[in-house]
Amino acid sequence: MGGNLIGMFFFENRQIVTPGDLLAEGDYIAGNNTYKEGFRIYASRLGLVEYEGRTVQVVALNSVYIPSPGDQVIGKIEDLNINMWTVDINSPYKAILRVSDALNKPFRQQKDDLSSFLDIGDLILAKVVAFDRTIDPILTIKEPGLGKITQGQIVRVSPAKIPRIIGRKASMINMLKRETECKITVGQNGIILISGPSSENERLAILAIEKIAQEAHTSGLTDRIAEMIRREKSARL
Amino acid sequence: MSGKIRLIDENGLRVDGRRPDELRPIKMEVGVLSNADGSAYIEQGKSKILAAVYGPREVHPRHLALPDRALLRCRYHMAPFSVEERKPPAPSRREIELSKVIKEALEPAIFLEKFPRTSIDIFIEVLQADGGTRCAGTTVAALALADAGIPMRDLVVACAAGKVDGVLVLDLNDIEDKEGEADVPVAYMPNLGLVSLLQMDGLLTINEFKQALNLAIEGCKQIYRLQKEALKAKYLAIKEEVETCLQ
Repeated sequence: MGGNLIGMFFFENRQIVTPGDLLAEGDYIAGNNTYKEGFRIYASRLGLVEYEGRTVQVVALNSVYIPSPGDQVIGKIEDLNINMWTVDINSPYKAILRVSDALNKPFRQQKDDLSSFLDIGDLILAKVVAFDRTIDPILTIKEPGLGKITQGQIVRVSPAKIPRIIGRKASMINMLKRETECKITVGQNGIILISGPSSENERLAILAIEKIAQEAHTSGLTDRIAEMIRREKSARL
Repeated sequence: MSGKIRLIDENGLRVDGRRPDELRPIKMEVGVLSNADGSAYIEQGKSKILAAVYGPREVHPRHLALPDRALLRCRYHMAPFSVEERKPPAPSRREIELSKVIKEALEPAIFLEKFPRTSIDIFIEVLQADGGTRCAGTTVAALALADAGIPMRDLVVACAAGKVDGVLVLDLNDIEDKEGEADVPVAYMPNLGLVSLLQMDGLLTINEFKQALNLAIEGCKQIYRLQKEALKAKYLAIKEEVETCLQ
């Protein structure tokens, strides 16, 4: 319980709340996964409540990926058309990758074959350019670092756990990269690409990521994961 | 009237030994199916029901998609072995009706407008039926929705009240439902204080109806507490495990 001059809190920070729980009453701002009715703020998702200044928000424990412009995602080519690919990005909405967002050279529809660049089943690292309620998400791979994925392993987690895997100021992901010596590319859509010097390192990174996703709602996680990796490493040497 | 069977004994207790205002023992669990986006299981007395939620996901067939909100679909189904005499597996008239009724009880709680052009699909599978399955089905479907991470205004919880042998009772079982005089299923959103399903089968005076409605809402509030515990239990178990490991 907490409160101050402008109103009341009904939970402690980082307590688990369920949809419909009254979180705060008074002059507050309804953040993520909450909704406001009059002066009351309620939770709309199962998650951990966070009171920060005047903002009340819930960090969801499970959710689907809703695209947002600027997000880096990992997707799978699902179909190809005359001048675009459709991409599965682990979201309720199918993404579109147009030729003009993929190739730097002019594309001649009569001569060039789309499948020679990207074929069905290929994985790509892409960025969301545009998305809103009325149109399907549009992707681009015309930026450095983006494009077809040729090596590494894929891990899937709930998109709600991605912020935890990255950590505050990227602390968790940096620790993972350092300890496992792997290159870890995080797609905001819950798909993570890992490529390391050996499959042993990759396995360790996958193990750590799965543990983070499982224990996302507990505290002191970064230290615990670092310790786990070190323990596993010394056990295998 | 009930004829030969006595539903309330000389001590005022019911066929299964409950007081008139007592619920059946309830057990709920969340996240029981790994292939579904959200799932839950409930045992309410002898009724056993499983619910799975998929979505928001792409709508198939495509033409059913709505431009401004998600399409909510619900299938209530009773397993052939859920009742004493084998029930043909094809959806019966009653099951189609209950699917619609449960869908409409859950609809006002969900922020469907957040996911235009998608669908949210709920599957409710009755494994064993002993009365009150539309209510228990609604309760368990709401749990599965919350587990799937679908934004909701409130949880939905349902419970029935009714009249047997002239006494108003809470949470009717199969015999009480069939032999009793009336059955009033209610679905309720406890934090908002709104009723999203209200039906009545049988005969009640206006006064009795009001009492039955209040009794059912009190029952809903009791089940709601269990519902919340079940939702949190999935995550609290992991948290406790971690904390004991640290000590």
